[in-house]
Amino acid sequence: MSAGAPLLEVDDLRVSFATEDGLVRAVDGVSFTISPGEVLAIVGESGSGKSVMAMTLMGLTRGPNARIAGRATLGAVELVSASERDLQRIRGASIAMVFQDPMSSLNPVYRIGRQIVEQIRVHDRSVSKQEASARAVELLARVGIPHAERRLQSYPHEFSGGMRQRVMIAMALSCSPRLLIADEPTTALDVTVQAQILEELRVLRQQSDAGIILITHDLAVVADIADRVIVMYAGRVVEHGTLDELFYDPQHPYTWGLLGSITRVDRDTSTMLPAIPGMPPSLLRTPQGCHFRPRCPHAFAKCMDVPELSARAPDAPGHLDRCWLEVEQKRKLRVVGDQIGLASSEPVIS
Amino acid sequence: MARFLVRRLAVMVGMLFAISLVTFLLFIVALPGGNPAGMLAGRLATPAEVHLISVHYGFDKPIWVQYFRTMEHIFDGTSYSYQSGFNVLSEIEAGLPTTLSLALGAGVIWFLTSIVVGTLAAIKAGRYTDRVLTVLSMIGVSMPVFFLGAILIYYAGYKASLIPISGYVPLSNPADWLWHLIAPWFTLSVLFIGIYSRILRSTILDTINEDFVRTARAKGLSQRQVLLRHILRNSLVPIVSLWGLDLAQVIGGGAILTESVYSLHGVGYLAYQSVQHFDTVTLLSIVMLTAFCVVLLGAIVEVLYAFLDPRIRLQ
Repeated sequence: MSAGAPLLEVDDLRVSFATEDGLVRAVDGVSFTISPGEVLAIVGESGSGKSVMAMTLMGLTRGPNARIAGRATLGAVELVSASERDLQRIRGASIAMVFQDPMSSLNPVYRIGRQIVEQIRVHDRSVSKQEASARAVELLARVGIPHAERRLQSYPHEFSGGMRQRVMIAMALSCSPRLLIADEPTTALDVTVQAQILEELRVLRQQSDAGIILITHDLAVVADIADRVIVMYAGRVVEHGTLDELFYDPQHPYTWGLLGSITRVDRDTSTMLPAIPGMPPSLLRTPQGCHFRPRCPHAFAKCMDVPELSARAPDAPGHLDRCWLEVEQKRKLRVVGDQIGLASSEPVIS
Repeated sequence: MARFLVRRLAVMVGMLFAISLVTFLLFIVALPGGNPAGMLAGRLATPAEVHLISVHYGFDKPIWVQYFRTMEHIFDGTSYSYQSGFNVLSEIEAGLPTTLSLALGAGVIWFLTSIVVGTLAAIKAGRYTDRVLTVLSMIGVSMPVFFLGAILIYYAGYKASLIPISGYVPLSNPADWLWHLIAPWFTLSVLFIGIYSRILRSTILDTINEDFVRTARAKGLSQRQVLLRHILRNSLVPIVSLWGLDLAQVIGGGAILTESVYSLHGVGYLAYQSVQHFDTVTLLSIVMLTAFCVVLLGAIVEVLYAFLDPRIRLQ
């Protein structure tokens, strides 16, 4: 982690959408920074606002029904208020994005070479088609696609899912972005392919000083690659810390629940796999106070007020969380059996 | 590609055979009013005269002999109308330039206009422009050709003298040719523009939500580049397939109303007259022409498909 100026600074980002049923608060005051060369993981259930947050950074959630507030500063550019023209220049060049479903994220009617060349040339008209093609071959080879030169002429449907995700990564890298946002890049893939794609991201991180935002709901992926972790719940950040802080000293009950519901080889297989009770709240009608309150076995009167996201453990000033419980209390409450978990987690069949 | 063509050709021959057989049985054998010889001879003919005509035209032969003789005549160009005595092939040949001019011109107009109108409606979906275009499309779809044609001829042709009232001028005089075809093109296109633009609008609105469109935007393409290269290109398949079929039908004499209203003596007009005069031989030939065009353009559309979407294999 470099100690220099942050690459991206997000400050109190809020995104809501006006729908027929009311206002959906998808992102409710998210702040974080990411430095060059750092991998920041954003974890949360479906609908916790992680993807909307990432899309907002690229200006892809703008629309007549979207209300976006807050600041997100990348270098000299403030992304929330940037003009569409400026954003076009940034998208794909300074910030690139890899999406969840590689099967549908490439245009089926164009050869993949053309799709990569398109991105290179839209940001730099001075590059000739030949030069761009040569660069595309290099990129494909770099993400581990064999016979890259020949594969340039292939259509997306001629690739497997994992290969397509490599193409997406190659495309995202084509303009050497300073920030790479990977939105559940391995979710739609087989486990073995997942590992390969994560390896590509790890190599990429070593080779460049690009910052990576990795959005996922898979804590195993996080443990594998992240430097710092943000846990989101119902549009809010509930915990924010380094990988070690989060895995070994988790402060928020929701994080305990997440950690408790990982399948682990060292767990007795005859016991049931615990799950967090209840469902995430609708973003139309979020609960008063702490959003996790209705599902939290440790909730008490104070939880009707929203806890600030702040450092509560004296020994870890960078470890932030949103929970009213005392640190010592938490350290006791989170132990279930001999592991971290949420006390009343209901067992499901493992 | 070669295998595709060979297979398509075989299908074409088979389909034409089937269609000709059905049409032959409908028009010649199951002719309303019974014996064609009796109709040809007229009401006052004696049984001897009817028999003579029957032998002359071969109506006394078994049906399959009649069928093959009729087909032979159609294909070697020696088929004559029972009513007028004219050679059917030369009648159709005389009408083809008119019909082709009408069909191809209108086809290009309705295809391109639909793309513009449908795209505009889609990108303005739900807004004022979209609503106006929706109403216009509905009017276009529900406007009968004979009514629209009559109105144009009366107001723009007769009252205002903006366009010629009717008739066809051969392509050897391009300016006059164009001048005389503007109103028919417009009249024929209106219905198709209404339908096609609606279809394209909904296809585009489906495509906009595709993941690859989000990727295209994330790559930094401008709205226009995303629209033209990624959304529109992926939305064309449905209207291209419709276009092939509709165009084939119009070339094969399907624009009967437009040709009649504007006195364009094309294949459609010939079909209209054949129906009026019970001229089954001519009708049979026109139906064969229509079938041929539909099958042929169907094959062309499939090639276009494969070009528009590489996931479709020609087979």
